[in-house]
Amino acid sequence: MRKICLTVVGMYFMLLHAFSQVTKDTATFKPRKLQLDEVNLVSSYYTQQGDHSAIQGGIGSEKVTDLANGLELRWVGWDAHQRKNTLTAGLGIDIHTAASQAYISKTGASQRTDGTRIYPSLDWTRENEKKGTSFSLGAYYSNEFNYQSIGVSAGATKKTKHNGEFGLKLSGYFDRVKLIFPSEFEPAGSYGGGGRDEEDHPDYGSSPRQTYTASFSFSQVINSRLQASFLLDLVQQHGYLGLPFHRVYFTDGNDAVENLPSNRFKLPVGLRLNYFLGDKVILRSYYRYYQDSWGVRSHTASLEVPVKLTPFFSVSPFYRFYTQTAANYFAPYAQHAATDTYYTSNYALSAFSSNFFGAGIRLAPPKGIFGTHLSALELRYGHYTQTTDLVSDVISLHLQFK
Amino acid sequence: MKKSIFLSGGIAVLACMVMSACTSVKEYQKSRINDSEMSLSSRKVEKNELNFQSYREGAAGANGGKTGGGCGCN
Repeated sequence: MRKICLTVVGMYFMLLHAFSQVTKDTATFKPRKLQLDEVNLVSSYYTQQGDHSAIQGGIGSEKVTDLANGLELRWVGWDAHQRKNTLTAGLGIDIHTAASQAYISKTGASQRTDGTRIYPSLDWTRENEKKGTSFSLGAYYSNEFNYQSIGVSAGATKKTKHNGEFGLKLSGYFDRVKLIFPSEFEPAGSYGGGGRDEEDHPDYGSSPRQTYTASFSFSQVINSRLQASFLLDLVQQHGYLGLPFHRVYFTDGNDAVENLPSNRFKLPVGLRLNYFLGDKVILRSYYRYYQDSWGVRSHTASLEVPVKLTPFFSVSPFYRFYTQTAANYFAPYAQHAATDTYYTSNYALSAFSSNFFGAGIRLAPPKGIFGTHLSALELRYGHYTQTTDLVSDVISLHLQFK
Repeated sequence: MKKSIFLSGGIAVLACMVMSACTSVKEYQKSRINDSEMSLSSRKVEKNELNFQSYREGAAGANGGKTGGGCGCN
């Protein structure tokens, strides 16, 4: 009897202690100002070869190189209502060369065959972990020699009671396309000295392009090894949807600037399914069906298989297959009739299939690489081929600091 | 157009069927689900791959990447 009494008293004090712990935790919660939590650096080098340049009406070199660098800083803090606030600032700089740009001038004498694109971004997210909700706002800017863009977005997510999450994001891009036409369509004297740059022709004029997107998502943990997400975008574009320096050659030998409708509705639907097989292998699968109002329909399927050689080091081979039908307005070099209303010889809108395969490695030890703030390193290489004969290679490096 | 609406609907129904087959998973059972490589979003290292694909292909979107705005892409 004495033992029972002592046990009951002991349990009482344990419960009391447990409650006092909770009370203490709540009472001692202090809001935390935004503090730098994570830094990400992503660099990629891309190189491409092909023979269907849209600038020359579907013929000519598509040789491109692109060095892309992105820096992302993330600050995290908690407000007085215990809501998590995340501020993410990004800055990207791409430096590219494109052999086909020389042929904006009909003789191939355009001086500008390279360019730089700069794109800062700012995102803010407020997450209420108790309610399972979050709200976000974003702003983006992009500037390159022939294209400027301003973008805004707002999004919200809501977790369900059964390990699911709904998401909705609305975004709008308000772009301006600089009207740089092929040399034969420019007023005489625009191409000073046989080449062309800002000094030769400072006032190109521009045309607007707007893109509105509503993105819906639902993700669900199905069991302790399997989770899935369903993605749907509704995209409406309006404005100048071609590029002014893309030529089209007609059957009669004359040429013109590509002409495309000023509206395009896109409907991509995607499904991701990730499965943890055994203790070392993960299957990351993805399928997308796409169609738009220009007549393009496509299927995309990909599989990536990260294999954990150790808990903190993995190798990930991947394969992606893509196929599409041609847009209603596409025809190859010199096959459009002069009577066509809309016409383009941009092979991105032709019928083709592509294969993309490669592998990546990921290193993420819990105490950082060599005990430093470098918490994760990823290196990835991919080789891409299209049935249009376009071939490209891309190598990317991601460094994460915490 | 009708065909594609049926196809999109089919994907949605399939997604619902897969997701309705879910079992209750407790927090302590999520060690594999929470693995960083099980993430349902694209990896950061893939960002520029998605970019070049949106320039070279007619389709874009439903992958967390671009849907058409913000660049001279399709």
